[in-house]
Amino acid sequence: MLELLVQTGLNALYSASYISLVAVGLVLIFGVMGIVNFAHGELFMVGAYVVVALYSQNEVPFVLTVAIGLIFVGCIGLLMERTMFRPLRDNPLGGLVASIGFLMILQALASMTFGVRMAFVPPVTQDVIEFTDKIRLPVQRLYVIIAAFGFLTALWLFLTRTRFGWALRASAQDPEAASLQGISITQTARIAMFIGAGLAGVAGALTAPLISVNPHMGHSVIIAAFIVVIVGGVGSLEGAVVASAAYAIVHTFVTTFYDGVLADITGLLLMLIVLIIKPTGLFGTADRA
Amino acid sequence: MRKSIIWLVCVAALAALPHLLSFSQQEILVVLVINILLVVSYRLMTLTGEWSLGHVVIMGVGAYTSALLTKNLGMYVPVSMILGSLMAAFVAFLLSFPLFRMKGFYFLIGSFASAEIIRLLWKRFRDPFGGPKGLKLIDGLPDINIGPIHIDFFEPTHYYYFAVIVVAACLWILWRIERSLLGLTFHAVHWQDKLAQASGVDVRRFRTLAFVLASGFAGVSGALLTHYIGTINPNTFDVELMVFVLTWAIVGGTATFYGPILGCVALTVLNEIVLREMGFEQARPLIYGVVMIASILFLPNGLESLVKRGVAAWQGRTGGAGAKEKTP
Repeated sequence: MLELLVQTGLNALYSASYISLVAVGLVLIFGVMGIVNFAHGELFMVGAYVVVALYSQNEVPFVLTVAIGLIFVGCIGLLMERTMFRPLRDNPLGGLVASIGFLMILQALASMTFGVRMAFVPPVTQDVIEFTDKIRLPVQRLYVIIAAFGFLTALWLFLTRTRFGWALRASAQDPEAASLQGISITQTARIAMFIGAGLAGVAGALTAPLISVNPHMGHSVIIAAFIVVIVGGVGSLEGAVVASAAYAIVHTFVTTFYDGVLADITGLLLMLIVLIIKPTGLFGTADRA
Repeated sequence: MRKSIIWLVCVAALAALPHLLSFSQQEILVVLVINILLVVSYRLMTLTGEWSLGHVVIMGVGAYTSALLTKNLGMYVPVSMILGSLMAAFVAFLLSFPLFRMKGFYFLIGSFASAEIIRLLWKRFRDPFGGPKGLKLIDGLPDINIGPIHIDFFEPTHYYYFAVIVVAACLWILWRIERSLLGLTFHAVHWQDKLAQASGVDVRRFRTLAFVLASGFAGVSGALLTHYIGTINPNTFDVELMVFVLTWAIVGGTATFYGPILGCVALTVLNEIVLREMGFEQARPLIYGVVMIASILFLPNGLESLVKRGVAAWQGRTGGAGAKEKTP
């Protein structure tokens, strides 16, 4: 029993790490621009397809593919900012609807280029760390966990130690005051969009060999990310990370002991309860909606 | 006099329409009529300023209820349709307690979450709801045989007439609601909620009322759909259809009664007739997405703003004679 608990805990750690990458990006975009990016799950999907195109079809080294995934999806984020979110800055609902339109475009492009069927991604490594007979951690999952830690630490350092990071947090807190201090809203929006999208892309690229890659894979990811963002508090990056861990633990345990659908229901119920009791989330204070 | 002529032309056009189309287009036409009711009922909800992402699942509640009542209890189909609609309204009433503690973005996400929970319950519980495979072989409307007249509702044309009559009746009720004092209050709740509250309007109660009414009509459209297509599953009412409804409303515009209808008809024609006939099967979502983004960027007030401009231009040319007639 203890072994099962530890094993499930390890599984939860793995899913917490990629969900938090996606959710942190979502929070960053919402915080700086006030826009709910429904296409965020599809950015994750594009990251996974970068791996399919380069790593599985053309044998580019995996690490390089992940880096390309980050930059490529980050650039898609820049494109979204320029074409949709900047003109719609005063229209949050419009931004949301436009992001839904963008989601459909990305999905259609993926299924037109790669087909609607699941794409095969060969494993990077078959190694498994065996703690005991029943507690096993595939090395590939370990990579995801390490990378997520690395990226989140880098993001935290960027936000707290650099001028750009300060500017970003300032305009998330109060865009008007920030622009009065000479911070360019457009510039911070660009940075936030690049980082937010890039993190989703990295998460998709890293997990591509571990999950089934198909054009509709973004759906479950975006739901998980929304739950995490709401539970953690809409404006809070730390909250998103903590909530990712909490959500992953609950979801993984319910999946292991009952079934997947019930786990989804539990996660959504969790979010509804938080919405009812404390709509600004457990860690949230900002209210920009 | 002129008004009744216009109405007669409309009725004649609606009656003749299916005979001008191919069989597969007739089938699309029936679904289009049902979707019009869906999107107009959605607009009633948005009048109070809240945008829900659960409307399609509420429609599904009507569909599942009506299907289960006929399948398991052998209920007469029109009765089960009414009960399905009432059930949808009742579920909305229950949901209103948690949901109307939220506003704006939180309401959007909350409605999405609660709808997704309902949908997952259909998926999880095989016993009444049929699990992921859903319900099959749902009874259609019983045939009508009066002397020489045989009406078989498996025929799309016949079901089309039935759907048009039901939808027209519902639209008329929705139109009367909007024109009544109640409709004015809904507008007030949206645009002046502080003032409305100060004037003694219980804002939350009216939001709930709009939500429940809209959901009841969504339930009707769900029941209409289920007895037409005969098989439903949780994916029939997934987020994709919800996105379509949202798009129809936004592309058409929600300031007028006809705006969402315009959006629904225009995009369905574009989607089904133009793109399908032209063989862009796989690129359809792509073009849909582009149209969605383009219309939000370049036509933020929807297609209805074009109609308004067109009407204004036409009235300007005829020397304002029509303008007096149009203003109520």
